[in-house]
Order: sequence, then C-alpha cells, then structure tokens
Amino acid sequence: MITLLDLFSIAAIGVGTFFFFAGTVGLLRFPDSLTRLHALSKADNVGLGLVALGLIPRADSALSALKLIVIWALVMLSGAATSQLIGRALRRGRK
Amino acid sequence: MDELLLAAAGLIVLAVAVGLASILRGSDVERLMAVQLLGTGGIGALLLIANATNVPGVEDVALGLALLAALATIALVNLLDTDQGDVEA
Repeated sequence: MITLLDLFSIAAIGVGTFFFFAGTVGLLRFPDSLTRLHALSKADNVGLGLVALGLIPRADSALSALKLIVIWALVMLSGAATSQLIGRALRRGRK
Repeated sequence: MDELLLAAAGLIVLAVAVGLASILRGSDVERLMAVQLLGTGGIGALLLIANATNVPGVEDVALGLALLAALATIALVNLLDTDQGDVEA
C-alpha cells in the first residue's frame, strides 16, 4: 500500500538523485572550471535538499526530522563557503 | 519502500563515483570539486540508508560528515595561497 506521503517521498528522492547525476555529468562535461563549480553547487544544495525533504515524512520522531533539516542547513552553509573559496582561487589563477 | 530507498542510495553513490573520474584529468581545484561531490553524495546516501535500515547512529555519521565537509576545501585553498605567496615573495 503506497500512501500519498510515500509518493511525495519517492518523487522528491527521485528528483534529488537526478540532481546528483546532473552534477556528475556537469562536472565531467562542462567546458570550464567555473561552470563545473556551478554544476557542483546544484548537486550539493538541491540534490541533497530534495533527498532530505523526501525523508522528512518518513522520520521516526520530530528530533530525527529536525536532524535532517540541520544536516541540509550545514551542507548549504559549507557549500556556500567552499564555493566562494573555490571561485576566488580560480579567479586568482590557481589551477 | 525500503528497497527503493536503498536503490536510490546506490544510484547516488554510483553517480558521484563516476564523478571521481575527473580526479584523473583535472587540475587541483577540480579534483577538490569531485571530492566535495563525493562528500555530499555520501551524506545523501547515508541518510537514505539510515532511513531504510533503521540502524541507530547512521544519521549521526552523516551529521559529522556535514560538519567536516568544509574543512578539506579550506585547507587546500590555504595551501594553494601559501604556495603562491612563496613564489611571489
């Protein structure tokens, strides 16, 4: 028996998995480093975000759901910081 | 449903593992980007596995990975800056 919440989880996790694939393809196929960085940050933020969002209705407790949100927030924070650092390094010509 | 979650985890790990191919041919910064994608994919796969198997503690491993994700990048960018400074000085 598949409920509506299950369907929501499947859809969100499916799209999130697709974004991880898109990030990999972008990392391998985009023409220069900055566009590859763009592909990477989409996989980081949207891919993991949708996976976490899809798992929230399946969490056992409120604390467990909160933990998912905290993990997502941490990844977004560190993704923002590291993308800035990587972009700056590329701009200064560090290969 | 649990099988679907495990399959999604496997697909994510497969995707980021393929991304590691750029380590073979890229510059230092691009290698770092591939490793960062591996880290995020690992977090996502761990979350899915934690939910599918109900093994206690797996979510906390993902939390630890998320906490430490930024440090490798900060360390490498610092190293590249230091290298460059030595050359210029």
